[in-house]
Amino acid sequence: MPSILAVDDSVSMRQLVAFTLKEAGFDVIEAVDGEDALAKAQARRADVVLTDVNMPKMDGISLIRNLRQLPAYKFTPMLLLTTESAPEKKAEGKAAGATGWIVKPFNPEQLLATISKVIK
Amino acid sequence: MAIDVTKFHQTFFEESLEGLELMESGLLELEVGADNNEAINQIFRAAHSIKGGAGTFGFTAVTEFTHLLETILDRRRSGQAEVTQDAVDVLLESIDVLRDMLSATRDGNELDPADVVDVQARLQELVDRDVPAPDGATVPVPAPNEDAPTTGTDGDTALGTWRIVFKPQAHLFRTGNDPVRILGELAELGSYTVEADTSGLPSLADLDVESCYTVWTIELEGPTEQSAISQVFEWVEDDAEITITRLDTPAAPTAPDGLEASETATDAPAAGTGTGTADAERRTGGERRQAEAAHGAAATTTSIRVDIEKIDTLINMVGELVITQSMLQELAQGNAINTEKLREGLADLERNTRELQGSVMQIRMLPISFSFNRLPRLVRDLSGKLGKKVELKIHGESTELDKTVMEKIGDPLVHLIRNALDHGLETPEVRVANGKPETGRINLDAYHEGGNIVIEIADDGTGLNTQRILAKARERGLVGEDDQLTERQIHDLIFHPGFSTAEAISDISGRGVGMDVVKRNIMDLGGVIEVHSVAGRGSRFRIRLPLTLAILDGQVVRVRDQVFIVPLVSIVESILFDPVLTSSLARGAGVYRHREAAIPVIDLSESFGIPPASDTEGSTPLLVVVEAEGTRAGLLVDDLLAQQQIVIKSLKTNFRAVPGLSGATILGDGTVAMILDVNSVLGLYRQSMPARPAPDAAEPGSTPGHDVEDTAPAGGQSQTVSEPSDEEKGPR
Repeated sequence: MPSILAVDDSVSMRQLVAFTLKEAGFDVIEAVDGEDALAKAQARRADVVLTDVNMPKMDGISLIRNLRQLPAYKFTPMLLLTTESAPEKKAEGKAAGATGWIVKPFNPEQLLATISKVIK
Repeated sequence: MAIDVTKFHQTFFEESLEGLELMESGLLELEVGADNNEAINQIFRAAHSIKGGAGTFGFTAVTEFTHLLETILDRRRSGQAEVTQDAVDVLLESIDVLRDMLSATRDGNELDPADVVDVQARLQELVDRDVPAPDGATVPVPAPNEDAPTTGTDGDTALGTWRIVFKPQAHLFRTGNDPVRILGELAELGSYTVEADTSGLPSLADLDVESCYTVWTIELEGPTEQSAISQVFEWVEDDAEITITRLDTPAAPTAPDGLEASETATDAPAAGTGTGTADAERRTGGERRQAEAAHGAAATTTSIRVDIEKIDTLINMVGELVITQSMLQELAQGNAINTEKLREGLADLERNTRELQGSVMQIRMLPISFSFNRLPRLVRDLSGKLGKKVELKIHGESTELDKTVMEKIGDPLVHLIRNALDHGLETPEVRVANGKPETGRINLDAYHEGGNIVIEIADDGTGLNTQRILAKARERGLVGEDDQLTERQIHDLIFHPGFSTAEAISDISGRGVGMDVVKRNIMDLGGVIEVHSVAGRGSRFRIRLPLTLAILDGQVVRVRDQVFIVPLVSIVESILFDPVLTSSLARGAGVYRHREAAIPVIDLSESFGIPPASDTEGSTPLLVVVEAEGTRAGLLVDDLLAQQQIVIKSLKTNFRAVPGLSGATILGDGTVAMILDVNSVLGLYRQSMPARPAPDAAEPGSTPGHDVEDTAPAGGQSQTVSEPSDEEKGPR
């Protein structure tokens, strides 16, 4: 099964996302912030990256910018989980190399629908 | 697949309440007018997380409320608006409201909508004031759980034919987007033909395989809307030229521009932020239903968040334990037992066990900042109300303490801080007149000392007024007219039940809880409290608590053939029992002359009805002098055995509560020993001796040889005084 790196500093959101993805049969790698995610992404390759935007240490946009520099993550789908419906956050994310975004709040079905879009 | 999101509610509430604490302490540290960027960022993040979670879990009222908070914070972190005292005040109040909202939702309680509406209106006012809305419009709140319009929602979805030209920029692949995925999504909207124009492909030598050179032209026919098509291209609209044109004549006018339409559909506010009462009631009602639904899932179990390092240590130790165990097993299987090896193995086992015990205890340990966090806010609010200037300094907030102890120490701390502010510190005018700095100081300290945690609360206020305390004590008959007390004993009178000297009942400390309750709470935790005070210079309260309630330091004593544990903290000293110093009173009750005072002698074998053992001959009885709630007594025992750490097992859960005992334990040799509840033993004794004389007060200046000496109380006649009435107020 494809592996998904799920990054969120909020425990409840991370639990929800991870649980939903696991139920759908994905392999889930959890990370608590950008730094953690960057380390875990290098230790083990993820097929999709799903990250919150606002996080301590390293935010989701910097994470994506950093991951895109790595050969293994050049073409990997990376989605921002964001409450920011503000266009500048999306644009900032896109400029950093994000594939797309999922706007919070979302329900588990919406999450899976979006993920299935980017999973090959 | 349906996912039940309610199972994550408990975590959401816990982390949100923690987030609020973070926000609160962050707000208290903000300096008006200064550059607070990082601090605001942190506060913002917390608010943002709460909003995100609340939205996802469907707590609409919380989402809407937090949205305002977030907007206000966002403008201040981006420098669009300034941090004013006003703003901080409203934000702090909103944290209280939010805390109430979250707790009410969690517990399935109702919340007075008026409280929410009032603060919400003030937040809204602040939002409006920052950036005057062009037409009085309110800030839109994103609709929670609104399905993204994947199919057209605007108007009818009549059949249409569309031409889409999709010309990605070369870097498209490097955003992780795949044209095939996009084409696949279009297929869901209708049937299409696609034409790929590869004329842009450079010669093989110049070809960059990671770049995109193709232009796609798609003709789509289906029951769809332009906005739905735009939606498919939403993620790549900045990475490509996209034109969508309708080929047939539309039956009805659609949105002028596809991309615009998509934006509008996604971001359209569901409703303005209502501030009307009806609106709020509707929301609260909705949330109540949510809460009721959540209630079943949110069981009463509390969880504790443990640092991963602590768990790793634990796992390591279990590993070592397993190694030791297998080593011992191997030894036992040998024919000739190697005693030396066995001894080594047992020594390892002992070390492993001890370390394991320590590590397991560590799991329940939390930094005391959990309790301290609420105090800066308290000081801020109270000092404002009292017109006093106060600086609160906190040290040692990372000192760790058992979670259970932590939960019970919060209220006593609040009470002590209240007292320090209300009665201890003077008004700025009085302070200046007395040659003190205008701003008073309260120092809060926590540190470990031996197996205890010490918490100190010190203020530089007026100190205790010994004359007034003494006068009051005499008036109440707590101290005889002619009794001479040391200053220390007078200070200790404030812990006496039913004691208070505050001249007027104060709004702040007058909550019917006196220092006696503080002391009792602390004693219930196996701790002690003492006060040091210098008139005109201030007071210092020192609380010493055991680090945990699961283990206690105990003295093992033998009473005939039974073994009991006396908590070390209750023991003043242990002495040889000299019958010459005993005087018998009526009904066989004995009084023992101990350091110039008379203390009752309690024969434990009588208290617990232990029949005489066959061989009591020759043993010299010992007297363990204990103290509880200011009363001393001597417990008659046959022998003092070891002093050791005792793991407390509940009698209540395993058997039933037994008067005089606080629990049981299993000793090294497998014997079950009962742990004495000294306070309750003294109570039992008093009941059995209705006509007994009041035990004398501990002698002034006595220096008991045990480390609880500092707690020597002054008034010993506590039991002759009635319980404090509800009107009892603070002690000073």
